[in-house]
Amino acid sequence: MSNILILGATSAIAKHTTRLLAADEHTLYLVARNEDKLSSMKQDMLVRGATDVHYETCDLADNSQHESLLKRATDSMSSIDIVLIAYGTLGIQKESEKSYANTLAELQTNCLSVISLLTLLANQFESQASGTIAVISSPSGDRGRQSNYIYGTAKGALSIFLQGLRNRLAKSKVHVLTIKPGFVDTPMTKDFTKGFLWVNPDVISKGIYNAIKKKREVVYLPFFWGYIMMIIKSIPEKIFKRLSL
Amino acid sequence: MKKYESWGRYPHIDSSKQDVYHVYPDSFSFPKLEQDDSLSFLAYAQGRSYGDVCLNEDGILLDTHHLDHFIQYDKEKGLLRCEAGVTFENILQLIVPHNWFLPVTPGTKYVSVGGAVANDVHGKNHHKAGTFGKYITQFELLRSTGERLICSPKENTELFNATIGGLGLTGLINWVEFSLKKIPGHHIQQETLRFNNLSEFFQISDDSDKDWEYTVAWIDCIAQGDELGRGLFMRGNHCDSNKKYKSKESKLAIPFDAPSFLLNKYTVKAFNQLYFKRPIKQHSKVKLDPFFYPLDGISKWNRLYGKKGFMQYQCVIPTEHREEAMLEMLKLISASGQASFLSVLKEFGDIQSPGLLSFPRKGTTLALDFPNRGDRTLALLEQLDVITLKFNGSVYPAKDARMSAESFSQYYSNWNDFEAHIDPHFSSNFRRRVTSK
Repeated sequence: MSNILILGATSAIAKHTTRLLAADEHTLYLVARNEDKLSSMKQDMLVRGATDVHYETCDLADNSQHESLLKRATDSMSSIDIVLIAYGTLGIQKESEKSYANTLAELQTNCLSVISLLTLLANQFESQASGTIAVISSPSGDRGRQSNYIYGTAKGALSIFLQGLRNRLAKSKVHVLTIKPGFVDTPMTKDFTKGFLWVNPDVISKGIYNAIKKKREVVYLPFFWGYIMMIIKSIPEKIFKRLSL
Repeated sequence: MKKYESWGRYPHIDSSKQDVYHVYPDSFSFPKLEQDDSLSFLAYAQGRSYGDVCLNEDGILLDTHHLDHFIQYDKEKGLLRCEAGVTFENILQLIVPHNWFLPVTPGTKYVSVGGAVANDVHGKNHHKAGTFGKYITQFELLRSTGERLICSPKENTELFNATIGGLGLTGLINWVEFSLKKIPGHHIQQETLRFNNLSEFFQISDDSDKDWEYTVAWIDCIAQGDELGRGLFMRGNHCDSNKKYKSKESKLAIPFDAPSFLLNKYTVKAFNQLYFKRPIKQHSKVKLDPFFYPLDGISKWNRLYGKKGFMQYQCVIPTEHREEAMLEMLKLISASGQASFLSVLKEFGDIQSPGLLSFPRKGTTLALDFPNRGDRTLALLEQLDVITLKFNGSVYPAKDARMSAESFSQYYSNWNDFEAHIDPHFSSNFRRRVTSK
């Protein structure tokens, strides 16, 4: 039985992933901003089989909270064996284009704060020489596009950070998983018109759950996004820059 | 964009114009009420009711699919408390591995618990178990005043009874607690018998009531003359098995609307002929999902009826007139040339539901579905109503999209008692259609 920390626990993808993990009788530590949602999620996880569930509210974009948060989680569960980082904001590209302050805030939430957490977690996992660090990044980070390159910048940097971390922690037997979900129908994407590429969060959750179990390195979810991104990355920049993507 | 339509897709509504709010656990307050005192709300979860009880075009729909948390589960006693948006599918995945089952289940597992309460659903075990409402120990109701009321057979009893089968009009059901049923294993011992006419059906059904927990019959609604009333009778009991339960997900989906001529009297006639004559295995051991939810194997099967959708008609006729009424209905249907693809016949038992407006009562129930052919279909259903009324029967609101206010007032003469419990800010297309409000 493992001790699992879920950051951004009430997001649709994290909630469904945690449900699958709960059925395997682990101890959970849930972190998100909304207390009401956390408390109903706790009950739900206990019913589904979690051995024990702790939770606390925290604004994870605030780096100053990170050290004490991780200490409390470690003390409550005695160790952290698996961490899933699943929070983030999609932001509004057009707003970020007008304002550097807005851009910085997006980068802080989706990249810098995650790197702050990962710095602390990496050292902790390195010294315990075991465990899984699973982080939700995005295919948007694979190539910059006019429609969402601020979000893409954050996720791209995060993916590279994770790649380096994986390389560094390989010798300590720490598993680092980069998750790149495609279009997912969640509250975060409620304003989008949904086409045939869209999937429900439980599809992504199954993919994450399996990737954690099988110790995969980088997963596109559903898998076909790997091929879509391969094509998108292969388009020459001369042509790509004229496309409205 | 999620489409807020009913399963029959009739009446057709423009769901892009529908005002929708999402409900989250614990922190919900009714939107816009301060600005507009005439607003009305209605919960919407899976959209599996057929007609218009789940629609509220003039008002706001409260989408409850985020209310999907379990709250408490007593594995020893078999008692489950969960939020109203949890589906029967979710519940089965949790409870079946511990040899518990739903006390009552309709023919699809894709219904929400809140919807099951609001329509007081029934299933193949009605003659032994009654309706779902009988197993509810308590629920929480959020009224538009902001009050959260715990309702149970002992507390707020009148509201408890009104909400069961209350078509979502008494307020927003937040969570529900109900008792589960112990099962010996994850299979059903099933028997299938052919019957050649209605008398044979009633004979087999009466003989099966005592020893068989689940009974239902498929009936060929196109057959005429000597073949009138022929069909297949299925009965089953839970039985032991050492196989692990795996919830079956639909592998097939109907990807788009079929042309509306697909299900016509010739195709249905051919299907019925083949289905009736198919070699049947009299005794078989089958899994839970194919026994209870044969149609869940194909997701979005309602698209088979094409863009215009389809209409269901489910009535119940008191036992004393059952044979006479059923004969009259079957003759009417087969003479009309309008083909009902899935026709189901079942005997209800006399177990009383606490629900004030609950539909099932002692007698025979017939469920039919017709592709929407406009006025022709409406006229046929109107004629069926004449027969139902003549024999003091009733029609199931969860499946209705067209009954007249006059018929409704005769089927549900206790509506006036019910009306006192309606939340002043809840309404539905159905309510506005069958009453003056």
